[in-house]
Amino acid sequence: MPSRNWEDLSSHDHERLARAVMKRQAGLSLRVAAVFVVIVLGLPLVNYFQPNVANVALGGFTATWLFLGVLIYPIVVALSFYFVKQSDTIEAECADWRKLLDEEPRS
Amino acid sequence: MSTGWIPVAFVAAMTLATIGLGLLATRRAKTASDFFVAGRSVSVFWNASAISGEYLSAASFLGIAGLLMKNGYDALWYPVCYATGYLFLLLFIAGPLRRFGAYTIPDFAEGRFDSPAFRKVAVSFVLFIGFFYTMPQMKGAGVTMGAILDWPYWAGIAVVGSVITFNVALGGMKGITFVQAFQYWAKVFAISLPVFVLASVFGGYGSNLEPNLKDGAPATNRDIPLKFKGPAAYPANVLKFSNAGPSKIDFPKGANASRIIPTSNAASKEQNDESTGGLYMSFDYTPENGINGLDTLKDSPTGQVQLTAPTSGILKSGSIPPNAPLNQTWLRPFGPLTSKHGHPLLYTYSLIIALICGTAGLPHILVRFYTNPDGRAAKRTTLWVMVMLGAFYVFPPFWGAMGRQVMPELYANSATDTVVIRLPTMLSSPLLGQILSGVTSAGAFAAFMSTFSGLLVSMSGALAHDIYGKILRPGASQASRLTAFKVSAVIIGLTSMGLGLLVESFDIAMMVGWAFAIGACSYFPLLLLGSWWSRLTKFGAGAGMLVGGFAALGAIVTSMLLDKKILTLEVTPLVRSLLEQPAIWGVPLSISLMVVVSLFTSNSLPKDVHLKMLRLHAPEEMGLSKDYIVEH
Repeated sequence: MPSRNWEDLSSHDHERLARAVMKRQAGLSLRVAAVFVVIVLGLPLVNYFQPNVANVALGGFTATWLFLGVLIYPIVVALSFYFVKQSDTIEAECADWRKLLDEEPRS
Repeated sequence: MSTGWIPVAFVAAMTLATIGLGLLATRRAKTASDFFVAGRSVSVFWNASAISGEYLSAASFLGIAGLLMKNGYDALWYPVCYATGYLFLLLFIAGPLRRFGAYTIPDFAEGRFDSPAFRKVAVSFVLFIGFFYTMPQMKGAGVTMGAILDWPYWAGIAVVGSVITFNVALGGMKGITFVQAFQYWAKVFAISLPVFVLASVFGGYGSNLEPNLKDGAPATNRDIPLKFKGPAAYPANVLKFSNAGPSKIDFPKGANASRIIPTSNAASKEQNDESTGGLYMSFDYTPENGINGLDTLKDSPTGQVQLTAPTSGILKSGSIPPNAPLNQTWLRPFGPLTSKHGHPLLYTYSLIIALICGTAGLPHILVRFYTNPDGRAAKRTTLWVMVMLGAFYVFPPFWGAMGRQVMPELYANSATDTVVIRLPTMLSSPLLGQILSGVTSAGAFAAFMSTFSGLLVSMSGALAHDIYGKILRPGASQASRLTAFKVSAVIIGLTSMGLGLLVESFDIAMMVGWAFAIGACSYFPLLLLGSWWSRLTKFGAGAGMLVGGFAALGAIVTSMLLDKKILTLEVTPLVRSLLEQPAIWGVPLSISLMVVVSLFTSNSLPKDVHLKMLRLHAPEEMGLSKDYIVEH
């Protein structure tokens, strides 16, 4: 049915289309968020339970200071960069809504 | 020749540049769309610069360096979370929010739920969070002008407030976008360039941290005259002596240190100033003997006195300044900031949640995402914001670490907040010192001005577009809405200046914390669930926002009243930590209320909810996107 129009879509079609786009984007967002959450919530645990590792001296810094004060910024930028690239790929895949709708299960 | 005029010249130049650029950009702002969302045509680079410029406030420019100098490692979480909070915004909110195509966050609230009533709730939070965020900016302006020029507190507020109100009323969003972008670059320059010059004299980041690996605390290397605060500034009037080494403060004859707590022998000290060689009195503290003359402190390992009147004094060379944390405590995690109530890990986590979720819930920042041409540009903008903020936030902790080694005297009278302004004056060339201090003062001014202008646009937008244009007079013409915007800007500008005058004795970082915690417990859950969960209803969203936001506010205000000893209440350290940092329970509370109430009110879902969800997430290439608000 190549001639289907946007106006002809039912509410159920909207739901299926939205679900198709959202599950792809959400999967990516959750994966990247998981990496970030592990870093940010993990560091206090290392600081608390492994103080000797966290406070090892590195060129004037301690390891944990060097990480939280300097290195975390490029790491987060790299995560964001990865997300934006992948997100673009997903959007390109989703551009053809007719194909997307045909692939999405009905229920 | 006196060089004191140099910082003033820098501040004046920054102010004039702000007015001039505002006027220049204003010539091109004509339509309502220009005023509210800059015609939705701001490029990624300019928008990222403008968002970063708007975001870097007094708290970032002055507060973080001071907080780090005072608290050490724990304070690193502030810059880290201020910057990386944008990752959550990028992952979950930036794209959908832009694709919805509204002008303001209340538009989103109304459009997502087809509920004009919910718009009112959302508007009230825009104004509410906005005013909490303007107060610390106003205080920063007043205090900085006091520090560099000896102006009275109200004068700095009046100057910054009027300049920005003028700019915003004239040019709206389009007028300030370019100005804020310029101010980002001015701030990055002002925080980084002086620190490189200082590092060539006082050593790099690592070599300023290294002395903290050993026991002890930094000591003064010369006699330093200091002003001490009185009881109105509690707890800044407390002098806490550590067991790291000796400390000596002379109070010159005629100084008004008439009473101190504990009082034991102080009174007798006052009277025998003849026997102390013209000194009014002197605190001569050693860890072994306590404070000479204050018997009650001899047995305690750390002496502590409270000044009950403002006074001046001389901190003698070789002293460990009072209030300076010990090297190891300062350098290592779980220092004075997070350990004060005995639950350091809990406190750290709650702080992280408040700052990260709060960043994604600040309406004056979110409104900027509507100035992007499309959802894809919104994501790219967020990525660049993180690059730009990261480049800025590496520096304030470096300032704090250097301040600890070079100007430890700032601990003595709780003046660590001024380290960015005062550290350059330690250079041996007074001319170079004053020039660099001028650069940082101008940077601080750019910080208040850009954040205040962003807040003013977002609050004036809420008043003119949401309250006047949608609630009071729905059919108002473009011209009358433009006038409403300008009138709103003036009303809100004046109100903010008035509120700023009331908060002189409150902490800048504390007030910013209020705004973040309220945003984290109200707007963040609304935007997160609103964008990703189709079954969220207006009742669920409203209940979560109101209960979460007000519970967080109540907890923080209670905690502040306990701090200032206005309220006396016996609470366990655990409860105390949870009151001071409410995000760890406030965010889950708000989210679960939204879910539960929504499930019970599922019959109030809008009929076309799936179309709305599709609009939020559909890439522009699909050809289905449509801005919620389009100017004809």
